[in-house]
Amino acid sequence: MKYKLTLAAALLSATFFAGAASAKTFVFCSEGSPEGFDPGLYTAGTTFDASAHPIYNRLLEFKPGTTQPEAALAQSWELSADGTVYTFKLRPNVKFQTTDFFTPTRSLNADDVVFSIGRQIDEKNAWNKYISGGTWEYADGMGFPKLIKSIEKVDDLTVKVTLNRPEAPFLANLAMPFASIMSKEYADSLEKDGKKEQLNQMPVGTGPFTFVGYQQDAVIRYKKNADYWGTAPKIDDLVFAITTDAAVRYQKLKAGECHLMPYPNAADVESMKSDKNLKVLEQEGLNIAYLAYNTTVAPFDKPEVRKALNKAINKKAIVDAVFQGMATPAVNPIPPTMWSYNKDTKDDTYDLDAAKKMLADAGVKDLSMKVWAMPVSRPYMLNARRAAEIMQDDFAKIGVKVEIVSYEWAEYLQRSKDKNRDGAAIMGWTGDNGDPDNFLDTLLGCDAVGGNNRAQWCNKEFDDLVKKAKVTPDQAERTKLYEQAQVIFKKDAPWATIDHSLAVVPMTKGVTGFTQSPLGDFTFEAVDIAE
Amino acid sequence: MFGFLLRRIAVLIPTFIGVSIIAFSFIRLLPGDPVALLSGERVMTPERHAQISAQLGMDRPIVIQYLDYLGGVVTGDFGSSIVSKTPILKQFWALFPATVELSLCAIIIAIALGVPAGVIAAIKRGSIFDQGLMGIALVGYSMPIFWWGLLLIILFSGTLQWFPVSGRISLMFFFPPVTGFMLIDSLISGQKGAFSSALSHLALPSIVLATIPLAVIARQTRSAMLEVLSEDYVRTARAKGLSPFRVVGIHALRNAMIPVITTIGLQIGVMLAGAILTETIFSWPGIGKWMVDSVFRRDYPVIQGGLLLIAAIIMVVNLIVDLLYGLINPRIRH
Repeated sequence: MKYKLTLAAALLSATFFAGAASAKTFVFCSEGSPEGFDPGLYTAGTTFDASAHPIYNRLLEFKPGTTQPEAALAQSWELSADGTVYTFKLRPNVKFQTTDFFTPTRSLNADDVVFSIGRQIDEKNAWNKYISGGTWEYADGMGFPKLIKSIEKVDDLTVKVTLNRPEAPFLANLAMPFASIMSKEYADSLEKDGKKEQLNQMPVGTGPFTFVGYQQDAVIRYKKNADYWGTAPKIDDLVFAITTDAAVRYQKLKAGECHLMPYPNAADVESMKSDKNLKVLEQEGLNIAYLAYNTTVAPFDKPEVRKALNKAINKKAIVDAVFQGMATPAVNPIPPTMWSYNKDTKDDTYDLDAAKKMLADAGVKDLSMKVWAMPVSRPYMLNARRAAEIMQDDFAKIGVKVEIVSYEWAEYLQRSKDKNRDGAAIMGWTGDNGDPDNFLDTLLGCDAVGGNNRAQWCNKEFDDLVKKAKVTPDQAERTKLYEQAQVIFKKDAPWATIDHSLAVVPMTKGVTGFTQSPLGDFTFEAVDIAE
Repeated sequence: MFGFLLRRIAVLIPTFIGVSIIAFSFIRLLPGDPVALLSGERVMTPERHAQISAQLGMDRPIVIQYLDYLGGVVTGDFGSSIVSKTPILKQFWALFPATVELSLCAIIIAIALGVPAGVIAAIKRGSIFDQGLMGIALVGYSMPIFWWGLLLIILFSGTLQWFPVSGRISLMFFFPPVTGFMLIDSLISGQKGAFSSALSHLALPSIVLATIPLAVIARQTRSAMLEVLSEDYVRTARAKGLSPFRVVGIHALRNAMIPVITTIGLQIGVMLAGAILTETIFSWPGIGKWMVDSVFRRDYPVIQGGLLLIAAIIMVVNLIVDLLYGLINPRIRH
């Protein structure tokens, strides 16, 4: 192995010095180290940016800049009349990457797809527990083991997936990073050599970039996949320079040590925008922060009380104070970039007098309540304590006394699920697959009460709509159902919707071809650098 | 001397066990369930939670878990990261050379500047040199490292562009690690410019990491020198007509170095363990940054194993300092 690495290094350095003038190297100052290179095992975007997106492909992938799944390794697919059998036709002649540690002898076929998904759903699969302590978090979270009845090879380029029930978001789920397609031939060779864990350390896929090497917590290197089935990348080498501190990433960008960085400090964005050597892209993130009332505890079991409190929250002040404007006040429980977002929904306007009157009309006097503030910073809520203080101040103006409480993060997650929780909890969500079901049913469905549904809100009318949408294959029909569900949500107000944060991506002026993903992914296959 | 060595090693064993109990129990006493954290906002079903707890061995009685862990540690198995799933010891050895390289450079800077500064301040006691140097040392000692590091980056990397912002070597250079020490590996690689690139990347983090030890060493040297310079034998040496250089350099400094060496030893231990802030701000892939990242990821086995390994290193460094001290000052051995 050492010999092979040395050889690889020699070849690479030869490339650097022989072709330094022509080779284009793109440097991405990434925000953290990948947990590993098998996307099925992980849930972090940082890991997916380093593994699933450059190295692998999926049967379907999200169209760049959208949350719309489109054909990728699957060229086409058919769905049976009862909505339970998907038949995928694979793209022919898709080659796996040739690296210094593996040379493929065949193109992608159905065995690879069956292997990649099968190992995540079948406990008896030889690759189900190939890493000690490894779990298939996303496959489990998306319910794949219970949803998928079987996955079979029909012929070399045809795969049949049979579901136990119709599931409209299934195609979007298949476009998620955890469903990346690996090489079974490579896995077999590792198994033969007794080096199964290498699948997670030295990856081989069909994606636009070939893995070259990873120096822990420092640098990941890739080179252009010369055999890529799609449009060939315009850059020759891709380097992830791992830089955990946002202020340092900014300095590296300014010094020209990297071309693009994720997650800048909100306070730096204005100076980035005014720097003539940089440009900044902005897009609403696929996320939401909300205040979940406990709708089973009086007086928060009354919608009019919840609506009154919602009218007393100054979202604009929260967005300004917490995000320095880098967020937008949220109206619906799904972000505006998501299909089926109901544009006609009217938000609860900030009106303290009206809020006071509504509380009085509801017979509520001298109300004291707890507001739970998350102890951690998340993209959708950078400082929950500050947001809670602003709410505390506003609620005091309508005669509601607020006590702010917080717990260690794991405790917070655990306690905030409790059906008898005392108080309203600030929480949030970042979308996984761009499907409204991933917000509306996951966070507000009756099945999620005592779990993700932290408002403990079970509204049959709402639940019927989202459950129906989940099994309806037609997107136009689903859109109508979700729009109706949002109307019911707003009327019943189990949450105060707070904000959708903006995703900001600064880069050097010469960078072209980068498309911001609503899912927050960083992909570089279309990126170029001006000479 | 051999008996002294054995006595010192015998003390290390209960200390190590004590540290292991503290590291093990503190992690478990902290509120929060590491298994539930694996899924973050996404709520895990109770069955799934039980399954993962069982996989990680966290469903067993805590005493059994500890004994099992200690048994593993004795055989060199510190467990695996629950995040990356890779063995902790493997990660540690991959990152440790980076920390050692940075710490050694920092300590060389701290000694090279701290000892002469302390000596000058002592000789010129009460002068502007003394007050100036000790004032600077106090500022250095009180400086928040994170702020200091960022300040140097903004000035020397961002504005003046004299030094690179972060990392260990320019991304232009790529060679497999042989020793893990970038200065050595860059020389071995034979690539033109690699060594100077590694050196320039080392400059700012070394200065930042050296700041506090430099201040401590300077102040310690000054007070030790002041004490020694007032001793009778120094006065005698002066009376004999020895040159000021011989009096200070040979007679006074050598004796004043005894407490300074202890300080240096302790500082090396602190640096090996405590390059946390410096490594984080300069994206220096060493064990300090590794520990911080693990805390943010709540990777409990890594925090636990890392604490134990760092404690072991500090104990070994202290042992070496004790032995050196014993060599310099024979009274300690008895």
